[in-house]
Amino acid sequence: MNMTSAALRPYVEGFKTLETAPAGNAPAWLAGLRRDAFARFADRGFPGERHEEWKYTSTRPLEKRAFSLATPAHDSVSARDIAPILVHEMPVHTLVFVNGNPVAALSTASSAIRGLRIFSLNQALEQNAVVLQPYLIPESVWADDAFTALNTAFLKDGVVVDSDAKVQLDRPLQLIFVSTHQTSSLACHPRILVRLANDSQATLIETYLGLEGAANFTNSYTQIVLGENARLEHLRVQRESLGDFHVSRVHVSQQGGSSYLSHTLNLGGLWVRTDLQARLEAPLAEAVFNGLYAVNGRQHVDNHTRVDHLAPATRSNELYRGIIGGHARAVFNGKVVVAKHAVKTDAAQTSNNLLLSRTAEIDTKPELEIYADDVKCSHGATIGQLDEQALFYLRSRGIDLQTARALLVEAFSLKLLERIPASRLRAYAARQIKTALPRQSAVAEWA
Amino acid sequence: MATEPQNVEKLMRGEYRHGFITDIESDTVPPGLNEDVIRLISAKKNEPAFMLEWRLKAYRHWLGMQEPLWAHVKHPPIDYQAISYYSAPKSKRNAPKSLAEVDPKLLETYEKLGVPLHERAKLAGVAVDAVFDSVSVATTFRKKLAEAGVIFCPFSEAVKEHPALVEKYLGSVVPYSDNFFATLNSAVFSDGSFVFVPKGVRCPMELSTYFRINAANTGQFERTLIVAEEGAYVSYLEGCTAPMRDENQLHAAVVELIALEGAQIKYSTVQNWYPGDENGVGGIYNFVTKRGDCRGANSRISWTQVETGSAITWKYPSVLLKGDNSIGEFYSVAVANHYQQADTGTKMIHIGKNTRSTIVSKGISAGHGQNSYRGLVKMLAGAEHARNYTQCDSLLMSNRCGAHTFPYMEVRNPTAKVEHEATTSKISDDQLFYCRSRGVSTEDAVNMIVSGFCKDVFKELPMEFAVEAQRLLAVTLEGAVG
Repeated sequence: MNMTSAALRPYVEGFKTLETAPAGNAPAWLAGLRRDAFARFADRGFPGERHEEWKYTSTRPLEKRAFSLATPAHDSVSARDIAPILVHEMPVHTLVFVNGNPVAALSTASSAIRGLRIFSLNQALEQNAVVLQPYLIPESVWADDAFTALNTAFLKDGVVVDSDAKVQLDRPLQLIFVSTHQTSSLACHPRILVRLANDSQATLIETYLGLEGAANFTNSYTQIVLGENARLEHLRVQRESLGDFHVSRVHVSQQGGSSYLSHTLNLGGLWVRTDLQARLEAPLAEAVFNGLYAVNGRQHVDNHTRVDHLAPATRSNELYRGIIGGHARAVFNGKVVVAKHAVKTDAAQTSNNLLLSRTAEIDTKPELEIYADDVKCSHGATIGQLDEQALFYLRSRGIDLQTARALLVEAFSLKLLERIPASRLRAYAARQIKTALPRQSAVAEWA
Repeated sequence: MATEPQNVEKLMRGEYRHGFITDIESDTVPPGLNEDVIRLISAKKNEPAFMLEWRLKAYRHWLGMQEPLWAHVKHPPIDYQAISYYSAPKSKRNAPKSLAEVDPKLLETYEKLGVPLHERAKLAGVAVDAVFDSVSVATTFRKKLAEAGVIFCPFSEAVKEHPALVEKYLGSVVPYSDNFFATLNSAVFSDGSFVFVPKGVRCPMELSTYFRINAANTGQFERTLIVAEEGAYVSYLEGCTAPMRDENQLHAAVVELIALEGAQIKYSTVQNWYPGDENGVGGIYNFVTKRGDCRGANSRISWTQVETGSAITWKYPSVLLKGDNSIGEFYSVAVANHYQQADTGTKMIHIGKNTRSTIVSKGISAGHGQNSYRGLVKMLAGAEHARNYTQCDSLLMSNRCGAHTFPYMEVRNPTAKVEHEATTSKISDDQLFYCRSRGVSTEDAVNMIVSGFCKDVFKELPMEFAVEAQRLLAVTLEGAVG
């Protein structure tokens, strides 16, 4: 138990409020699930610095703040507020949540797509609770995780996407989670469930936007289940405000021949931790993890990834790139585990980091754990700065230092965009990245 | 591949060649650890008061410590009260001054091991400070070294004859409170080697020590301290083999290296302690703390190690790069066969400007062996233009073994550069087929490929060691590929 009772109090109070609220049509077992989870959380508290997974990220800043539970009364957001995160590049289905509560007025997703259902979690619980039950119990790998327990304890709303076999979602589904400025900071715990049956395909754009002055805590948990030969492309854009706290967990389990493509862009937030895990459970499953983090000022961003190769002939490929300036600190921990019988595994992992200032810090740890012999695994990690020669080249052609630096930083991020195959999705990602990277006028701030 | 499985099974049981026990009545303290035992050890060795104080301080600190659990190894809990903390050969009453005075039984042991002291001394120009169990019994070439001003003697002797030097440097790199095993060592260390190379002296010969573990139930707690003053150079070789044992023996050594301005220390190890039998019974627990301190500008410390023995190896030779332009190097080959477990690597802490470090680690896993590389490269804010290059490769030779990599990189300086590369592979059927089609037997082909895999490390070893290391590797991996 690492937390003081004072740090725990807001969560205890929040939980009491939630428990005494009218249950509506929620099934009875949900209360039990929540209670167990809250007990687990209260028992453990947030992980301490002695915890290997939290070696470089202290939960102290989070503990020092008291977040109260968001209520629907807190959603006043206009279409203009969320414009920067909207996708113009292609038609999409949109679901908007403000401080964790769904806002129907801004949402356009229809649940009338043939063979595929999109619900808010609340609706799903009302309509199909029995089917949902097993999926709401967090994966056993997170059994000891305080944030997962917290998410389950406060499980209230979120999104459920459920498909039949051989369905292709007609257009990408965009989820927008908006964090807004409030007099007292709020906490929300969205839960996202995506289940694609055999041979189905979909694109999911999961986005987090923080409005000016927001200082909230978002703790999301996404669970993805891919059937045989199913394919999910998953773009995650986190652009919360510089006062926001963000924790997210994504867990993917994959059947034979399925493929999961993830692009994670961590561009905002004050204190951010994301964990992404894929379990390749049957032959020929494939996971691609792409990630970019760009942090400045006093931001702290921590990316943990893990791929478990549990069956023969599975593949994974990972590239994470980081741009760290100001007083920021970035952490990357990538782990590849190859189980005993997962022969013919092909796993590659790369972490590249650009350290732009004297006061910034990067801690990276690419790990391999291999228990099978006939495998091809490699990883590489670099930490460095802008190439002096490239800078000189640009300057000798009359480009000033600020612009030259901005150009090279942008070029560094392009490698990641190249790995997004769909051109319109790539264009959207490029637009989002651009807002986070130092412009020529702001390059000095990063150094 | 066309290799008969039975044949491979037979070959895989390549037995430990150096397994024998010399029967010498040991002067052993009963098992257990308390302040009295420490006072007894100190008294037996006629140590000055500061030494005893230091030991007791370490012991008291150790009582409040917990055994670390983070290493990627598994073993039954160690009962520290069941270990005897002191053992010395009986014949030390009149310390021998020449080889002729040394117990012939001891010499016979070295003979069996292929360490003919006198011959080797003459032929190889190497001074051997042979450590048998815990007390040094023979030292050669002392005179020649003394002429150059180099002090090379057993630790217990240094404590008595050069107390000022020992007091100044002991614990200055690995403090008594450093970690569980180093602290235990600080409290109970029995003996070891002390080397002091004065300013501007290039040590006229390579120094080497043979460590042996002989008496059952005796943990070995060696302590080595090497100091190279300004502009000095020394190359130190450490090699070890041990008799076959069924019980696990704990070995918690500490090695401290200090390089002042412009000094250079090269420390090479071939470690071949008893790894346990093919079922994982017995074998040495090798929990070692090795650390070098590049204290002065332009100094250089390089660690080269070939780890083929021990049931469990837990060892991270490190370098603190304090001096500007100092260089740290780590070259390692670690083999885990049968049920061996190795968790080894290095730490390079860049503090000074323009400091450079190179890490080359080659891990070979066979049988049920588990081999982990665990390393830390840290660039502090003042480490302007510091550079690190790390390469760690793993070779897997069976489908029951494991190869793991846990590299930590922490950078706080925007002019520093860190590069890390790691690969994992197996000996491919294509490679074997190519060799066999040219009339090379599978065994030889495997040896050839493994040698090639380790070449970057072997070339850093002193010549005679390189030969021994290659031979050792071939023996260790006999028949490990099917």
